[in-house]
Amino acid sequence: MTEVYLSYNNIISSLGFNSETVVGNIHNEVSGLQLIDDKNLLPQPFYSSIINTKTLKESFQALKDKDDYTRLEQMMITSLNKVIQSSGIPLAENVGLIISTTKGNIDVLDKNSEFPKERAYLSVLGKKIKDFFKFKNDAIVVSNACVSGVLAVSIAKRYINQGIYDHVFIVSGDIVTEFILSGFNSFQALSDAPCKPYCKNRSGINIGEVAASILVTNNKKSLAKEAVTVLGEGSCNDANHISGPSRTGEGLFRSITSAVKEANIPYERIDYISAHGTATQYNDEMEAIAFNRLGLQDVPINSLKGYFGHTLGASGLLETIIGMHSLYNNMLYTSLGFDELGVTQPINVIKEVTPKKMNLFLKTASGFGGSNTAIIFKKVKN
Amino acid sequence: MSSKYHITSFCNIKNNTVSLNGSVIYNDENNDFLEFIKAAYKSLETNYAKFFKMDALSKLAFLAADVLLKNESLNQEEENNIAIVFSNKASSIDTDRKHQESIQNKEDYFPSPAVFVYTLPNICIGEISIKHKLFSENSFFIFDTFNPQHLLDYTNSLLSANKAEKVLCGWVELDGENYEAFLYLVTNNGTITHNKQNILKLYNT
Repeated sequence: MTEVYLSYNNIISSLGFNSETVVGNIHNEVSGLQLIDDKNLLPQPFYSSIINTKTLKESFQALKDKDDYTRLEQMMITSLNKVIQSSGIPLAENVGLIISTTKGNIDVLDKNSEFPKERAYLSVLGKKIKDFFKFKNDAIVVSNACVSGVLAVSIAKRYINQGIYDHVFIVSGDIVTEFILSGFNSFQALSDAPCKPYCKNRSGINIGEVAASILVTNNKKSLAKEAVTVLGEGSCNDANHISGPSRTGEGLFRSITSAVKEANIPYERIDYISAHGTATQYNDEMEAIAFNRLGLQDVPINSLKGYFGHTLGASGLLETIIGMHSLYNNMLYTSLGFDELGVTQPINVIKEVTPKKMNLFLKTASGFGGSNTAIIFKKVKN
Repeated sequence: MSSKYHITSFCNIKNNTVSLNGSVIYNDENNDFLEFIKAAYKSLETNYAKFFKMDALSKLAFLAADVLLKNESLNQEEENNIAIVFSNKASSIDTDRKHQESIQNKEDYFPSPAVFVYTLPNICIGEISIKHKLFSENSFFIFDTFNPQHLLDYTNSLLSANKAEKVLCGWVELDGENYEAFLYLVTNNGTITHNKQNILKLYNT
């Protein structure tokens, strides 16, 4: 089967507007979470990581386009533009576009939005991005809850393996909105402090926003220095509950098993796990159980939610990109917010920045609807 | 390119009619979608209490999948590796509007987790997976219109990579009073070749 690579990438976030800056901040354990008091978003103050609107506007205006674009579109276009530029790949027939998002331009449903309501349709968002860059092919929009960002990578790989595309650009993004905050708050899932994944003292999730983009390609020439190849992937359902994860971690267990089977490697070769770690009781416990069932309890693991909060449809791609840099830098990054183990099964949570020679990492995500996804990535030696 | 896979069965729900493999199995004169789907659920002896708490999109997708999978006489004792690949235009916008209504006025603010959970299109895949115990590959795609080429390519990729033995795929659209479901099952056996022309033909049945 064709080798598929993840190459040039970008992150637009509260911790910076390119991957290197963001990773530098993570290295220094800088969190993008801050206390926000905005009654238009939520009746009570909450922690979130929000992209600086002025910086976003300036970056976007530099691209010069006459049309009006929503906040999410500006984030996505700014991010994707950098990746297309770095890759130097002409947007011909053999280039695909995947968009990963849970809610897209959901903020336009608010009666005070200046944008037409039809902008809330994800296919309209897809068309806006396609037309801005003049992609030859229509956007494929993936909306599969919180696994969307990782699943988008699997889908890109599958499209390349089928010989349909040679290169696929993925752009993922979701924004912090009253819509999302009020929903998670109604679940009583929001934390009133910066989130603490896997920690005994955790108190729930934070919601954040990012846009993240990447090039997925079959061309080994002129890859980014931090490029990785996809060894195996899988995406399995819990078949258990629509809003709570399986108590046995069944779907995650099966997703990882499927990825490892395709990768054809022993579990011992996994050097690092970039996990989901939302900092809810049920999620963190479920992950710990699944990792233990697979004998992965000693592998260094982190959740990056302590830096960005949960960025929904973008989180999986965001965390994959940081994992790639982690591999390239041979550096394990701190699972911010963690001090004392708060799950019933042992897992090896990374407490401080630690150098380690690495070749392989496992990325996982889980979400509503019982969805789970796992991918195993291997460092490309240029 | 000729496909080695086949379409075993298909279900359409539109215009107050439920059909299986092209034959009408339920039809009524209801003007309201929720009335229609409830009546169809009863007539088809679905018997699954969770149906009543689902949102409209999930009811539509669930009933179409149930009609199709019941007809397959799956052995519930064994595991069935059936992937689910769904698509539509409106995502979960019908329920999104309901959640938005509940937060629009600060004087009348009543967001509910029972509504909010359905503001994701793939929840209907979760509902079907729970009922039929499918621990399988699943994904939800959004397109402007029915996209047979994408469904064909993606389904073939799942089958040829042995990620699934069968794929339940199609289009489940719900936007206000507009609704349409077209689901079909792709496997190794059957008489209808899995290709774009046949998918389109069955969609228009």
